[in-house]
Amino acid sequence: MKQGPIFKKDTLKRLLKMLFEFYPLALPLVLFCILFTAAVSSIPSVFMQKVIAVLEQNQGGNWAQVGPQIFRLVAVLAGLYVLSLASSLAYTQAMAVITQGSLKKMRQRLFHKMQGLPIRYFDSHPHGDIMSHYTNDIDTLRQLISQSMPQLLSAAVTVLTLLSIMLYFSLWMTLVVLSGMALMLVVVKKLGGSSAKYFMRQQVSLGKTEGYIQEMMNGQKVVKVFCHEDEAKAGFDAINDQLFRDAEQANTFANILPPVVVNIGNLIYVTVAMAGGIFLLTKVNNLSISGLAFSISVIVPFLNITRQFSGNINQVSQQVNAVIMGLAGANRIFTVLDEAAEEDQGFITLVNVREEDGLLTECQERTGLWAWKQPLEDGTVRYTRLAGDVRLQEVDFGYEKDKPVLHNITLFAEPGQKVAFVGATGAGKTTITNLLNRFYDIADGKIRYDGININKIRKSDLRRAVGIVLQDTNLFSGTVMDNIRYGRLAASDEECIAAARLTGAHDFITRLPEGYQTVLTGNGGNLSQGQRQLIAIARAAVADPPVMILDEATSSIDTRTEAIVQRGMDALMKGRTVFVIAHRLSTVQNSDVIMVLEQGRIIERGSHQRLIEEKGKYYQLYTGAFELE
Amino acid sequence: MWKILLKSLREFKRPSILAPAYVSMEVVIECIIPFITAYLVNQIRAGCGIGVILRYGLLLLVMAAFSLAFGRMAGIACATAASGFSRNLRKDMFYSIQSFSFGNIDRFSSSSLVTRLTTDVNNVQMAYMMIIRTAIRSPLMLIFAIVMAFIMGGRLAFIFVAVVPFLALGLYLIIRKAFPIFKRVFRRYDALNGSIQENIQGIRVVKSFVREDYEKQKFEKAAEEVRQEFTRAEKILAFNAPMMQFCLYVNMVFILTFGSYVIITTQGLNFNVGQLSSLMVYSFQILMSLMMLSMVFVMITIADESTRRIAEVLQEKSTLTNPANPVTEVKDGSIDFVDVGFRYSDKAELMVLQNINLHINSGETIGILGGTGASKTSLVQLIPRLYDVTEGSVQVGGLDVRAYDIEALRNQVAVVLQNNLLFSGTIKENLRWGNPQASDEELQEACRLAQADDFISRFPLGYDTYIEQGGTNVSGGQKQRLCIARALLKKPKILILDDSTSAVDTQTDARIRQAFREFIPETTKLIIAQRIASVQDADRIVLMDKGRIVAVGTHEELLATSEIYREVYDSQNKAGGKQ
Repeated sequence: MKQGPIFKKDTLKRLLKMLFEFYPLALPLVLFCILFTAAVSSIPSVFMQKVIAVLEQNQGGNWAQVGPQIFRLVAVLAGLYVLSLASSLAYTQAMAVITQGSLKKMRQRLFHKMQGLPIRYFDSHPHGDIMSHYTNDIDTLRQLISQSMPQLLSAAVTVLTLLSIMLYFSLWMTLVVLSGMALMLVVVKKLGGSSAKYFMRQQVSLGKTEGYIQEMMNGQKVVKVFCHEDEAKAGFDAINDQLFRDAEQANTFANILPPVVVNIGNLIYVTVAMAGGIFLLTKVNNLSISGLAFSISVIVPFLNITRQFSGNINQVSQQVNAVIMGLAGANRIFTVLDEAAEEDQGFITLVNVREEDGLLTECQERTGLWAWKQPLEDGTVRYTRLAGDVRLQEVDFGYEKDKPVLHNITLFAEPGQKVAFVGATGAGKTTITNLLNRFYDIADGKIRYDGININKIRKSDLRRAVGIVLQDTNLFSGTVMDNIRYGRLAASDEECIAAARLTGAHDFITRLPEGYQTVLTGNGGNLSQGQRQLIAIARAAVADPPVMILDEATSSIDTRTEAIVQRGMDALMKGRTVFVIAHRLSTVQNSDVIMVLEQGRIIERGSHQRLIEEKGKYYQLYTGAFELE
Repeated sequence: MWKILLKSLREFKRPSILAPAYVSMEVVIECIIPFITAYLVNQIRAGCGIGVILRYGLLLLVMAAFSLAFGRMAGIACATAASGFSRNLRKDMFYSIQSFSFGNIDRFSSSSLVTRLTTDVNNVQMAYMMIIRTAIRSPLMLIFAIVMAFIMGGRLAFIFVAVVPFLALGLYLIIRKAFPIFKRVFRRYDALNGSIQENIQGIRVVKSFVREDYEKQKFEKAAEEVRQEFTRAEKILAFNAPMMQFCLYVNMVFILTFGSYVIITTQGLNFNVGQLSSLMVYSFQILMSLMMLSMVFVMITIADESTRRIAEVLQEKSTLTNPANPVTEVKDGSIDFVDVGFRYSDKAELMVLQNINLHINSGETIGILGGTGASKTSLVQLIPRLYDVTEGSVQVGGLDVRAYDIEALRNQVAVVLQNNLLFSGTIKENLRWGNPQASDEELQEACRLAQADDFISRFPLGYDTYIEQGGTNVSGGQKQRLCIARALLKKPKILILDDSTSAVDTQTDARIRQAFREFIPETTKLIIAQRIASVQDADRIVLMDKGRIVAVGTHEELLATSEIYREVYDSQNKAGGKQ
C-alpha cells in the first residue's frame, strides 16, 4: 500500500459531482425522498406526546369522548405514514437503479480511459493492480453509494429533526441528551479511527497473502517436484497468521463499536429518565418551544426520541469503515481517470484510393490500395501512396528520462525488405519496434514512414499500417475464427481461412474438436504455445499491413514445424517491409540486412554473408563463441 | 456444505460458542432495560420520591454497564472466531493443495485456486461473523421482544402475531426471488472481469490492431448485462426496507389507537401509558431483528457458492497416494517402461502415450526428440510419478514407481520442468530448494556445473541477489541455468531436463553437457530438446511422434535409419548451421 493519505480531500466532492452528472434529475429527487422519509420517521413522537397528553387529561373519561380526539391524531399520523411509505418505496427502488447504473458508468469510464492510456501505463503498473480497480475499488463504491450515503444522509436529517423536536419538548432534557451524545461522538471517533486504521492494515496483509498465494499456486508443480510442500506450508503459515492477527484486530474494533454506542445510548436513556423524574419532582421550570410544563406526557415521548437519536448515531458509526474504504477506492479510481491519455496530434490519415492514370483518388470501398491523406495549408489534399518505407534517423530513446536505452539509431528499410535485429537481452531490439508504432515516443531524432514524420500520422492509422506479432501471444475468449478476424473485423470466413492456410495454422485448426468454431478460453489455455503463435500470425496476416514486426513470433514453434511454417511465413513476408527479432539465427539469416545491437547501439550491420565475412560479433554469435545473454 | 467447512474451526470453537453466549446475555439485558424503564416511568407518574428514582436509575446504569461488557466480549470473541475460522480455512485449503498431485492441480486451474483461497474465504468469513452474531442475536431479540410485548401489552401484543408472519412471508419471497438472480449475476460478473483481464494482458494487441472501439463495444455489452441483472436483484431486495416500515407503521397506528382505547376503558388498570411506551419500543425491536435476520439470509445465500467451492478443495483427494509399505531406497538410476499407456483423465478419449517399451541403464544419457505434441513431456513426467500410468508400468531401479515413498522417489528423480519457475527470494534461497542443508560451497559447485556461477558472480550481490517474483530480473537463459543448478543440488540418481536449455546458447549448452559427463557420470540423464545439437552426443536418442516411440538409437544410427530424424536434422542444419 502506498504511503500518504488514503484519499484526497476533494474525493467526496468529486464523487458526488460525478454521481449528479450521471443522474442529474433522478438523484436530487431521490435525495429529496430520503430527506422526506427521514423527517417523517421522527415525527410520530410528537403525535405520541399528543396522544398521551389526551390520555392524561381524560383519565377516567369515557371512550366516546376521547375516541374521536385520538382517531383524529392517528389519522393524521397514518396520512403521514402513507406519504413516507410511498416516498421510501420510490427512493429504494430508484436507488437500486441509480447504484447499479452509476457503477456501470464508473466501470465504463474506467475502461474507456484505460483504452486510451499509453502502453507505458500498462508496462509500469502491475496488471493485478489495474484489475483491482474493477473488482475491489468498484465494490467498495457499491457499498458507499447504495448504503452508506443514504444512511448517513437520512441519519443526519433525522438527528436534526429529532433535535428540534426535543427542543419543542424541553431544553433541559435536550441538554442532558446532548452531553451524552458528545461522549458518544468522542468514543465513535476514537474507536472508529482505530478501526479504520486496522482495516487498512488488514488490507495490506490481505494483499501480501494474495501475492504469496498467487506465486505458490503458479509454481505448485515446481513445489511438488522438489517435495517443497512443508516449506511452502511454513511460509504460508507465517503470512496467514499475520493476516489473522490484523483481521482479528480490525474486526474487534468494528464489532465493539455497536455495543459501545448502543449502551452509551442506554446510559443516556436511563439518565434522561432519571433527570426527567427529578425535574418532575423538583418542579423545575421547563424551558421549551412548545411551552409545555414537565409532565409524564413530555418525559415518555422524550425517552423514545432519545432511543431513536442514539439508534441513528449507531447507524452512522457502523458506516465509518465503509465510508473510509469507499473513499479510498474512489480516490484510486480517480487517480486512474486523471492519468494523462495517449497523446495524438497526428492529422495525416490512411485512406483507400483508386489509381487512374497515375492519379490517386480517394474512395470508400476496399481497393487494396492505400494512401496517406495529408491536408495541406492551402486547403488542398496530397495523397502519398502507402508503400512501407521506414527510416530512423539518429533516434535516441529512454523509458526513463535519464536512462537512455537507444543511442543514435539510424536505419532504413525499403518497401519489401526484411530487416533483422540480433542482440542480447536488453540490447534494445524490442524497444526499437515499440517506437515504430508509437507505443512510446522518441526523445530525439526522426522516424519517417513513406517519407512522413510518424508524429504527424494519426496513431490509429499508423498502427493500422504496422502489424505486430509478439512472443507472448494474447488470444481472446471466443472462437478461433473470432480470434483470427480480430486482425480485420470485416474479413469474411474465407479470408480468415485463407490467412490460416497461408501461415500454416489451418492444419492443426481443422484437427481441433470444432475446427474454426472451437471456443478458446483463458488465453487459449488448451492450445500449446506454438499453436497460439500460429493463430497470432494468422491474425496478423488477415490485417494485411504493409509493414510487419515479428518479435520472437516463432520462438515456441519447434524447428520442424517452423520449417513447414517457413513457407507460409515467406509468403506472408513477401512484398512487405518486415522487422524480425529472433533468438534463433536460422530465422533471421535470410534477411536483407541484419542489425547487431549492443547496449542500445547498432554495432554491426549488413547481410548474413557480409557479417560472417567481417568476423565480428555476429560471426562469434553464429559460431557460438559468444553468448546471447 | 457448512459441515465440511466447520471442521476447520478447531481452536476457534471456544470463541465461536462464547460469542453467541455473550450476545445472548447482552440481548437479555438489552430487553430488560425498557421493561424497568417502563416501571420507573410509572413510579414517577405515581409520584414516587427521588430515592426511588435514583435506586432504579442506578440499577439501570449497572445493567447498561453489564450489557456493554457483554457486548464488548461478544465483539472480541466474534472477531477472533471469524478471523480464526478463515485463517484455518485458508490453511487447510493450502495444506490440501500441497497434497495435490499434478492431476489434481490440472483439474483446478491455478487462478481458480487463488480465488478460492482469497475471495471465497473472505465471503465465508463475513457470513460466519453474521451467523454467530446476528443470527443468534436477531431470533433471540425477536423471541424476547415478543415475550416482553405480551407481558407488557397483553392482548395488544397479538398485533405482532398478525404482522410477523406477514413480514416473514415477504422476506422469504424476496430472498427466493433474488437468490437465483444473484447466482446468475455473479457468474456474469466473473465473465466481465475475465474479459477485462484479457484486455489488460493483451493491450499491445488491442492497440496495435487499433481495436479500442471494438473492445469498448464488447465491454459495454458485458457491463450492461451485469447492470441489468444486478439492478433486477437489488430492486427486489430494495422492497425489504419499505416492507419493514409498512409493518412498523401498521403497528404504531394499531398500538396507539387500541392502546388508548384500553387505557381509557380500563381506567389504566390493565394497561398504562408506560406500557404503551415500551410496547412501541418492542415493536421497533421486533421488526429490526426481522430485518437483520433477512440480511443474514442474504449473506448466507451469497456465501453459499463460496462454501461449495471451498468444500471442493477441502474434499479433493490426491489422485496419488503412498503405498502401504513404501520403499524408501532407490537402488540405482535404471528406468524401465513396460507396455506403458497413458491419458490425462479417464474421460479423455485419446491416449497420450501408447505402447511404450523402453529400458534405460543407470548412468545412461538419453536424448528425447519429437515435434510439438509428441508427448515427450508426458513420458518423462511418469518417472518421478507426477502422474500415474493408465496401463503398464514404469520402473525405477527395477521397482514399480508406485511401490516407492513418493518423496523418496522424487528426491532421487530431479526434473527441470519446461515452464520452470524461480520464486521471490535470493538466489541462495532459490537454490536451497534442491537441498536445504547445502553449504555455500555446494551451491557454487552446482552452479559451476550448470554454468551459472559465472554470471552470478558478476551480479553486485552475487548469490544474495534478490530474484523478483516470477524471476523477471534474470534473462531466460540465466533462469534456466539456475533451475538446472537447483535440480543438481538434489544429487539425484536420475536427472530430467525438459527443454531446459532452449534459451541457452549452443556453446554453454555443450559445456553443461560436458560437465554432466565429467562430474555426474553415474546419474541417469534424460534430455528433451528441440535442437539436435543438444542430444547429438547422447548415448541413445529416442524419437517420438504422436505418443509413440518411433525410433531409438545413436545419432549416426538414426541418421541412417530414420527419415523423420533426417528431416529434423536437415531443417536445423541447412537453415541454422550450428544454431
